[in-house]
Amino acid sequence: MKALPRLSIEPGRVILAGTWTLAAMLPQLAELQAQLAERSRQADAWDLSAVSRLDSAAAVLLWRAWGGAWPEQLQVSEVHKAVLGRVAALPGDIPAPAAPPPRLPEIVGNLVLKAMANLRGMVALFGQLLLDLGYLLRHPAEVPWKECAANVYKAGAQALPVTALVGFLIGVTLSYLSALQLKTLGADLFIVNILGISIIRELGPVLVAVLVAGRSGSAMTAQIGVMRVTEEIDALSTMGVSRSIRVIFPKIFGLTAAMPLLVLWTSAVALFGGMLAALLQLDLSLVYFVENLPRAVPVANLHIGLGKGLVFGFLIALVACHFGLRVKPNTESLSACTTSAVVTAITTVILADAIFAILTRHIGVPQL
Amino acid sequence: MTADPVIELRGVSTRFGRLVVHRDLSLQIEAGQIVALVGGSGSGKTTLLRQMLGLIRPSAGSVELFGVDLNEPDPRVQRDLRRRLGMLFQHGALFSALSVFDNVAFPLRELRYLDEDWIRRLVHLKLAMVGLTMTHAQLMPAELSGGMIKRAALARALALEPELLLLDEPTAGLDPDRSQSFVELVGALQRELGLTVVMVTHDVNTLAALATHVAVLAEQKIVAFGPKAEIAASDHPFVAGFFGADRQKLL
Repeated sequence: MKALPRLSIEPGRVILAGTWTLAAMLPQLAELQAQLAERSRQADAWDLSAVSRLDSAAAVLLWRAWGGAWPEQLQVSEVHKAVLGRVAALPGDIPAPAAPPPRLPEIVGNLVLKAMANLRGMVALFGQLLLDLGYLLRHPAEVPWKECAANVYKAGAQALPVTALVGFLIGVTLSYLSALQLKTLGADLFIVNILGISIIRELGPVLVAVLVAGRSGSAMTAQIGVMRVTEEIDALSTMGVSRSIRVIFPKIFGLTAAMPLLVLWTSAVALFGGMLAALLQLDLSLVYFVENLPRAVPVANLHIGLGKGLVFGFLIALVACHFGLRVKPNTESLSACTTSAVVTAITTVILADAIFAILTRHIGVPQL
Repeated sequence: MTADPVIELRGVSTRFGRLVVHRDLSLQIEAGQIVALVGGSGSGKTTLLRQMLGLIRPSAGSVELFGVDLNEPDPRVQRDLRRRLGMLFQHGALFSALSVFDNVAFPLRELRYLDEDWIRRLVHLKLAMVGLTMTHAQLMPAELSGGMIKRAALARALALEPELLLLDEPTAGLDPDRSQSFVELVGALQRELGLTVVMVTHDVNTLAALATHVAVLAEQKIVAFGPKAEIAASDHPFVAGFFGADRQKLL
């Protein structure tokens, strides 16, 4: 067993023995500290010659008990004296590293500057993308088809199950709640109009955008971010491979191409869920629902929905790539950037949706 | 003092899927030894080091540190055990979100027994030991050079006054001058604190300057273990190939 730190006192003399190490002191640290403080006031002669090990934690403890000065009489071995000497050589009063508390104007200013920098970064990224597109049109052999296809698969095909599940449940919920209201008014047949317009024009695209921002957007930011942390991005450029063409372009292209398809799929599944709920709740046959859908919902709504999907996909990928490129080489920055990417992407999507609603307010609304 | 060996590996076997890394490997390291673990690339040196830390469990066999089995179920025994060792990872593994000061202070704060003044003094002491100054303490790990990361990581490994120090490639990536001073630093610390050191290294100069004992890992087991001079004289084909012309340096 390890020898415990021991402390005994003779008239006018304090004797320390045993192992004075952090590990050995820990179980009785408070007690030792109190005893040392008390003893050091009573006596000024210390005998440390029986100490078998003295580490720097114990040396600091003793030095503090001595009030930052050597005691008048001290017996100690050379090795331990060297340990104590190093503690003694430290500046007596080490100030805590102080950071001035930020003031309100600074906080606000920092936020505004950050937002401006992000906006500028995104515009620059968009410009870079246009330049890349021009370059690729002139050199079609250099289009990274494989990466593009991989991104369509990752962001699109692999998202099919989750978007279907969420779409189906939302369709059922919406249909069920609307049916309850419509039944009291005797307007059962309008369930087709309500579900058709709301899902195809509005809910489908927004729902998919929120899911994809959380699922693919965060993945893109994290991937680009880690590539920056591990210097893979730099490795690419040293090989003469453009990072924007090989890494950024396929992601933005992939998501922009996959989103309208996802929107179509999710809207279809959501409508199916709504139809099932209508069948159970209102006894509205599936055939009737399908036959009346084109009459109740002008096809322009589908075009608007798919157009939204295209724009939302582009925005999510742009925001995700922008934040990925801003990751600094530490874990804190990676998590902060991923969070910002998802939050900004969803906010941007909702903003774009509002703009869509205003611009298309006269299109595709059935006239009764 | 304790009579138990600091590290005892008994019949350790390691398998990753079908790949057998170690087969029935045994090794015993006594207090105060500086053991260099050498072996070819991919021979499982780092894996063995990780097993000594309990980061990887061997497929068979047992690992004991200070006479305590690493499979001991009591979490408090485990925690106390971990506090007695320090590890220097190959790439430092500093917490990138914390400054150098906070990195070194982290294990001390985790004890929850020490007050801030005490911690500050100890951190300064450790940083001074590895030759870093107060200016460096406020930097983030990403702002440090490779050698400084190693030093800061060593300061963190030493923070809890470990009895056992494990080093993974301590001098890889350092220039000869820096690696020489790093070797001197570890040697001086070992003499002062009476540490047991286990290091994985490819660098014959480091090995020659620092190690007292050498363990050779080849053919999935320890083929030779003993004092440096004894190993240098060994005629095992791997030893001859590994040290080659540098054999004289070991003596």
